[in-house]
Amino acid sequence: MAVNEHLRTIRWAAWLGWQMESNWTNPFLFIIYSIIKPITATLILVFMYLIILKSVNADPVLFSYMFIGNAFYMYVAQVLFGITWVVHEDREHYQTLKQIYIAPINFSVYLVGRGISKIIITTAAVIVTLAFGILVLGLPVNLWRIDWLALVVAMILGLFCICTIGIALAGISLLTARHGAGINEGVAGVFYLFCGVIFPITFLPPWGQTVALFIPITYWLELLRRAMMPETVSISGLGGYSTQEMAVLLLVSILLFLFLSLIILRYADFLARKKGKLDMTTAY
Amino acid sequence: MIDWRLNLRAVIGRAYPRIIGSFREPSWLFFDIFLPLLGIAAFAFYYQALGAPPVFIGFVILGGAMTAYWLNVLWSMAAQFYWEKEVGNLQLYLMAPMSRMSVLAGMALGGIFFTSVRALSTLTLGILIFGIEIKIVSPGSLLIVFFLTLFALYGMGMMFSSLYLLYGRGIWHLSSVFQEPIYFVSGFYFPVKALGFWTALLASIVPITLGLDAMRQLIFAGQETMGFLPVNLEIIILVFLTVAFIYGARVALNFMENLGKKEGRLTLRWQ
Repeated sequence: MAVNEHLRTIRWAAWLGWQMESNWTNPFLFIIYSIIKPITATLILVFMYLIILKSVNADPVLFSYMFIGNAFYMYVAQVLFGITWVVHEDREHYQTLKQIYIAPINFSVYLVGRGISKIIITTAAVIVTLAFGILVLGLPVNLWRIDWLALVVAMILGLFCICTIGIALAGISLLTARHGAGINEGVAGVFYLFCGVIFPITFLPPWGQTVALFIPITYWLELLRRAMMPETVSISGLGGYSTQEMAVLLLVSILLFLFLSLIILRYADFLARKKGKLDMTTAY
Repeated sequence: MIDWRLNLRAVIGRAYPRIIGSFREPSWLFFDIFLPLLGIAAFAFYYQALGAPPVFIGFVILGGAMTAYWLNVLWSMAAQFYWEKEVGNLQLYLMAPMSRMSVLAGMALGGIFFTSVRALSTLTLGILIFGIEIKIVSPGSLLIVFFLTLFALYGMGMMFSSLYLLYGRGIWHLSSVFQEPIYFVSGFYFPVKALGFWTALLASIVPITLGLDAMRQLIFAGQETMGFLPVNLEIIILVFLTVAFIYGARVALNFMENLGKKEGRLTLRWQ
């Protein structure tokens, strides 16, 4: 049955991804890589905040807005770009993409599976970062006040959304030679700037705010913040939308991106086969 | 006896593909010039949201521009021998009669050239877009600091390259580990003085820490109080770091090459 085959593909692709991420690395280095790296990235923002406002208590809502947004943005940086990088890595580095192509599996499902290992590693980093924020920095998030149901629903929707965008970018990567890092950096920059990750979108110029409203990541981060600390809605610039409205907007945009992603991947796959790019190596 | 002509040709030969390569694909220029601005703009808006004085946005733009050099040192200097090993070039380098240091110097020279395109365009566009007012205290000192920072930084890259010589795919993670943590401790986006004296002193092992600190003091007049050490002292330390790293690179290269030959790891791929 197709569903069982897809599940098996996801399982083994996730296992492969996990082995590539962890087992081939020194465990100590892997822990540092998975934990210290995101914490120091967050500390940059924390220090920028403290240099200007001196104390977390000076503006706890803005601090929470920044901290939560930045913590969950790790999924975008790791999962989305991890999926995109799979094409580059399998095709050029390990030169196994052709074997994966002739295997009786669905390629987009394989990509999602590889993304799952990234989700597992990133989840650990997000939890550590949030715990560090709450316990060490005094992030005013009360665990008993978190709307866990909304948080879980937002997480499922958001991760699905990230995977669909990742599939689209992976499709584009099938046709490009050495643009993998550039595409990742560009999309990362766009999302980081426009989606209200570390500052409210109201600080963007009006055209920038319009761009923000077309990117589902904006709604996803806002839903997560509302679930964890509803006070942030007062500065987000999205107060006009109810939580339900935003969930619907996110769902609609996910379906739209899913449709677009599958079209992009299918077309890129067609062109890549036609032009003989599936086993291309460009001396990465 | 050292064949200077041969080594100079090796330097030029290794720098050439990096310089020519940067013009080969015009779209890379777009990625190099405009995309870094997005992340820097996010930090600039963040400072605006915090109500920071405009000079902090200048700090972010300068730091953001200098990230290009750090990324280049990590991925195109330190990790370069790993890439060369993976594509089968490393053994060719080792069989060739020139000094390995010439190869590293060429790599650094080419890297400095194409990275400067990214750094200077980021700096110029950032300053223009955000309307940052700059007052250069001493252009001569600024040039000295800038070039000393690059020499010391690429010297460090050469040393890393030697040390990374035998690494396998773990190199990917190692370079990643050195990315954000160094952005943080070296004060790429805020004055390093804020981390406290001892942390800043420890971070000064990475030359870009002192280089950035000195450049901030020289480009944004009136912000000297945010400086970690006096500029003249930072220049002296940068000279010391340059010499130490280049000498260290030479020692490490010889050691690791010999070790690699003994263990047969210089041609090992996909490990």
